[in-house]
Amino acid sequence: MPEFMVQVRNVTKAYERGKQKIEVLHELTLDIPRGDFVALMGPSGSGKTTLLNLIGGLDKPSAGEIHVGGVHIDRLSSSELARWRARNVGFVFQFYNLMPVLSAEGNVELPLLLTRLSAAQRKKSVAAALALVGLADRAKHKPRELSGGQEQRVAVARALVSDPPLLVCDEPTGDLDRKTADEILGLLQVLNREHGKTIVIVTHDPKAAEYARRTLHLEKGQLLEQATLA
Amino acid sequence: MTRAGFVVANLFRKKTRTILTLLSVTTAFLLFGLLQSLSHVFNAGADFVGATRLVTQARVSFTQPLPVGMLPKLEAVPGVARVTYSQWFGGVWQTNTQVFTFAVDAPSYHDVYPEWVMPEDQWKAFTATRTAMLAGRLLADQYGWKVGQKIPLSSNIYPQKNGSKSWEFDLVGIYDGKDENWKKQTNAVFINHDYFDEATLFGKDRTNFFIIKLAPGASGEAVSKTIDGMFENSPDETKTQTEKEFNLGFVKQIGDIGLMVRWILFAVFFTLLLVVGNTMAQSVRERVPELAVLKTLGFSDTDVLGLVLAEAGALCVAGGLLGLTLASVAGGMVEKATGGQFQLPVDAFVWSVGIAAILLMSIAVGLLPALRAQRLKIVDALAGR
Repeated sequence: MPEFMVQVRNVTKAYERGKQKIEVLHELTLDIPRGDFVALMGPSGSGKTTLLNLIGGLDKPSAGEIHVGGVHIDRLSSSELARWRARNVGFVFQFYNLMPVLSAEGNVELPLLLTRLSAAQRKKSVAAALALVGLADRAKHKPRELSGGQEQRVAVARALVSDPPLLVCDEPTGDLDRKTADEILGLLQVLNREHGKTIVIVTHDPKAAEYARRTLHLEKGQLLEQATLA
Repeated sequence: MTRAGFVVANLFRKKTRTILTLLSVTTAFLLFGLLQSLSHVFNAGADFVGATRLVTQARVSFTQPLPVGMLPKLEAVPGVARVTYSQWFGGVWQTNTQVFTFAVDAPSYHDVYPEWVMPEDQWKAFTATRTAMLAGRLLADQYGWKVGQKIPLSSNIYPQKNGSKSWEFDLVGIYDGKDENWKKQTNAVFINHDYFDEATLFGKDRTNFFIIKLAPGASGEAVSKTIDGMFENSPDETKTQTEKEFNLGFVKQIGDIGLMVRWILFAVFFTLLLVVGNTMAQSVRERVPELAVLKTLGFSDTDVLGLVLAEAGALCVAGGLLGLTLASVAGGMVEKATGGQFQLPVDAFVWSVGIAAILLMSIAVGLLPALRAQRLKIVDALAGR
């Protein structure tokens, strides 16, 4: 098993907006060890979300290499990348992005529809994930019947139900009040410390970053410093 | 939850919209089922297999009468057992009620149509009485006619020699059908051709069609060719066809039913395509971020394409099958209400064409939105670009 969960090597990412080419990341190199909990911080437009998308296999770099869990993911085709994401990465978004037509358990079960698990096995996994985030009693509720914090817990349950080694979270507490944000961050910390998940979160909130083992600062597409916390 | 369950859940995210769209599809396929059965009936090709009777008419149109003098020549054709003839009278009952009235040769008509059942003395009375008239059971019941009654009919074609278009007949018999199918067709009136010939101002010694009863084992196709060949290049060229084909041609006089049906169906389906296509496109547009999330979770481009196509398919299949089922029921009701005079059989052929139409419609309305969903770039879609 490779020592690093994520290895980013000289990655450049540029977008074309009309005739203009915008370079969001510039020859960025980064290693994230297995079991790490990293917070990516930086001003808007610094490339945090872009880097997170590249690590999560949602996008491909313009140049450079990305290895996640030993897989050279920028070489995978679109369908291979989809399969890889299903098995290896859990995503948590700022606005939860739950399916409004499904109940909490339906939302959590979605990634399992891509597996060969039986209905009974899926049900068991869903119940376990919901119990882990403290929402076992809300399984039948639709997202509109849940509070913001509960919705984000469902999103976390959905991210971890297929037991991926890596969780990537884009501003997971950006839409929550302080207390609820702390609950969610505490939950992520438990997943990191007790379940060994490698977690990368993007945040603007220094208090949120305090839950991570270390914080990385980006500016103008480049990594500025690495501050290791005690 | 299953993928099918997810598809259904997505379909009913906007219940009113989905139900209205479903009703559009159902209505379209109800129309499709009924019109297709109509078109199928009218477009059925010539089929001599199993035919026991042929009808000979003027080649141009049955409205152009043929001379009754052709009778011996027709009777002499090998394979012909008996020939009778029938003249369209254009009967009108009371003020404006059209009655199918034919002037027929009584003895030969009885021989050629054993399916009409009536006491023998009534047949004899029909042959013996110049002003005799026979009425079908359905018609007699409808108008309350009784044997012995004088029935006045006017003709919208033939006046009598005295110039009057009013004719009076003696109802000497009421015929029935030999079985349920024939009973449903007892809606015509027969009068004596001899009397018609004597009394009419014009059209004497002529008839609109000859009905030929084939000898057992005779080939209808061969007899048909012989007859038409016999009168080729004569002033009275003929067209000989099976009785079933002739009956359809009779109704086709009002126009090319098949073409009309096709145009109506084209208009219906074109509109449906726009309605359902727009619904699907709107449905995909509204949940671009959700589709991006599905891809994020590991659903491949093909999975997402399949989900959207399945939604379009579910909508079309549910509405289509419901529409075709209603068409089957309505077809049966129409047949029952008209006593079998108007039949709309939504049969296996109509169902198979309908199912093919449902599949085509599913692809037509679902493909573009599905391709759009398939091509979504996750990062752009999540960012709302």
